[in-house]
Amino acid sequence: MTAEVEARIEQVRAALDRVTDPELDESVVELGFITSIEVTDAGVVNVKFRLPTYWCAANFSYLMATDMRDAVAALPWAAAVSVTLDDHMFVDAINDGVAAGKDFADAFPTEAQLNLSGIRLNFGLKSFERRQEALLRGLLSLGHDPVVILALDISGLTRLALDPPTAALRTRYLERRPLAGDSMLAFVNRDGAPISPETLTIYLRNIRRVGLNAEFNGALCRGLLAARYGEAPAALPPEPELIDFIRMGTAPAGLTG
Amino acid sequence: MYKTKDGEELFIIDGHVHLWDASPENIRNIHGKQFIDCFYGYHSALSPPEQLWTAEKFAKYGPEQMVKDLFIDGPDDMAIFQPTYLKDFYKTGFNTLEQNAILKTRYPDRFILNGAFDPRDGEGGLEALEAQAETYKLQGVKLYTAEWKGDSRGYKLSDPAAYKYLEKAEKLGIKNIHVHKGPTIIPLDRDAFDVADIDHCATDFPNLNFIVEHCGLPRLDDFCWIAVQEANVYGGLAVVLPFIHSRPGYFAKVMSELLFWLGEDRILFGSDYGIWTPQWLVEKFMNFELPEEVMKETGKELTLTAKKKILGENAARLYNVDIASQRAKFSRAEQMVA
Repeated sequence: MTAEVEARIEQVRAALDRVTDPELDESVVELGFITSIEVTDAGVVNVKFRLPTYWCAANFSYLMATDMRDAVAALPWAAAVSVTLDDHMFVDAINDGVAAGKDFADAFPTEAQLNLSGIRLNFGLKSFERRQEALLRGLLSLGHDPVVILALDISGLTRLALDPPTAALRTRYLERRPLAGDSMLAFVNRDGAPISPETLTIYLRNIRRVGLNAEFNGALCRGLLAARYGEAPAALPPEPELIDFIRMGTAPAGLTG
Repeated sequence: MYKTKDGEELFIIDGHVHLWDASPENIRNIHGKQFIDCFYGYHSALSPPEQLWTAEKFAKYGPEQMVKDLFIDGPDDMAIFQPTYLKDFYKTGFNTLEQNAILKTRYPDRFILNGAFDPRDGEGGLEALEAQAETYKLQGVKLYTAEWKGDSRGYKLSDPAAYKYLEKAEKLGIKNIHVHKGPTIIPLDRDAFDVADIDHCATDFPNLNFIVEHCGLPRLDDFCWIAVQEANVYGGLAVVLPFIHSRPGYFAKVMSELLFWLGEDRILFGSDYGIWTPQWLVEKFMNFELPEEVMKETGKELTLTAKKKILGENAARLYNVDIASQRAKFSRAEQMVA
């Protein structure tokens, strides 16, 4: 393998690492879904992935597959990209649909009536709440005044001097912030309304369940994937706290090209 | 029966058990094989190593093993059968009311039989439900809203057709509607786990109880939100409870959330036997305490009183079980020979 190909494999991995499982809001790389990445000298990329069960919902599977394809295709040197799902009830429909660039509804003409934008938005908003909770708790634990924080506009939040872990939480949050509307405020609820300092504790208490649910599902999916393929579960701290769990976006080692 | 260290005897009702046949002879197609493999994945991912079964035993354990695991080696006093038909995958079905009824006949005081209906079966289905209710004296049903049927990609319990069935169920004295919001087996462009329909039914049918199995996992967050507003919505602990072994930290947090949003009167124990056996689940649950910092977060405690309710008293209330007289029956005629 040439140095250039090796470097390109790393770029593919980094691109895939930014693709999340919409339900778990975690990188498909970290979850252990990617089984191989191949890059030819001509810049053709083949990505293979797998899921924790044969039954994993086809809609979510399709979202992940198309997101992976689009993320890799955005690499300037990528001449062609194929993303292939293995060991799933609908491998053919999903793989053919993704390869042909079809919408979900066209890939499943008799089973689906709608496209996936509604699901994408709903799970995007859950991800927004989860990342927001992590960032707000991080800021509060650093001693920031809730009144000041909640009055910040987006550029004010961007300029705030933060330690690297909290800055990473901010980056993750700002990726999802547009989903909650175009108010200037940095912190709004999922409907785009301001969050009041007086009710912040209750607000955080309420959205806490969103992150906990995602973490619980993440642990379940890792366990099922490991049981299915007879491997040790993909790395997960034994009992993570939410703020530890929101990953910092570093590419994990251990995948072979 | 579970005896505490202080000698107190707890009455255990296992709210979620199955007797299935996924033996190679009964498997109809690849989906049937993959379905039992997936169940086995849950079993192997979340069981303590010493509790692991072989895949062969897991596929078909039989009624004698079940009685032994629940009532002789295990602490269950009673168990509620939740049927899962899956006739498209298994020649005689996976786990049917008719099969379950054989054990009920043998141990009438030990088992509660639940039925099933599908609102897409129309008038014929309503008549079948009536006959089923009469034959088996049903107090509950288990529903799979995400199940595929003909051209339908699942249904919502708030659909008008479903309301007809719920009205019928209420008339027939079927008070307990167990709903599995589980993985769909056919692609849906909607979220098959969505629990929003339960919100509507629970308001419109205040005399029925809606027990959302697996606490709505993987939509625990949405489930908690609707449950707090509806007094007749309950959470079944099947699949949640085994985390007590492999991920006790998560289990503590989830339990704490459930106590916060639903309260101790609306949580029901279920082993999901044969995926897991009640003996280790109940033992670990009884020895489990919420960590200090988790309690601080919600202000809720998992007391002995709460454990008693979760393990039996709540289900007894829903299924009209008089614990004292039931106990007396067991001590008079205890012949649990497997």
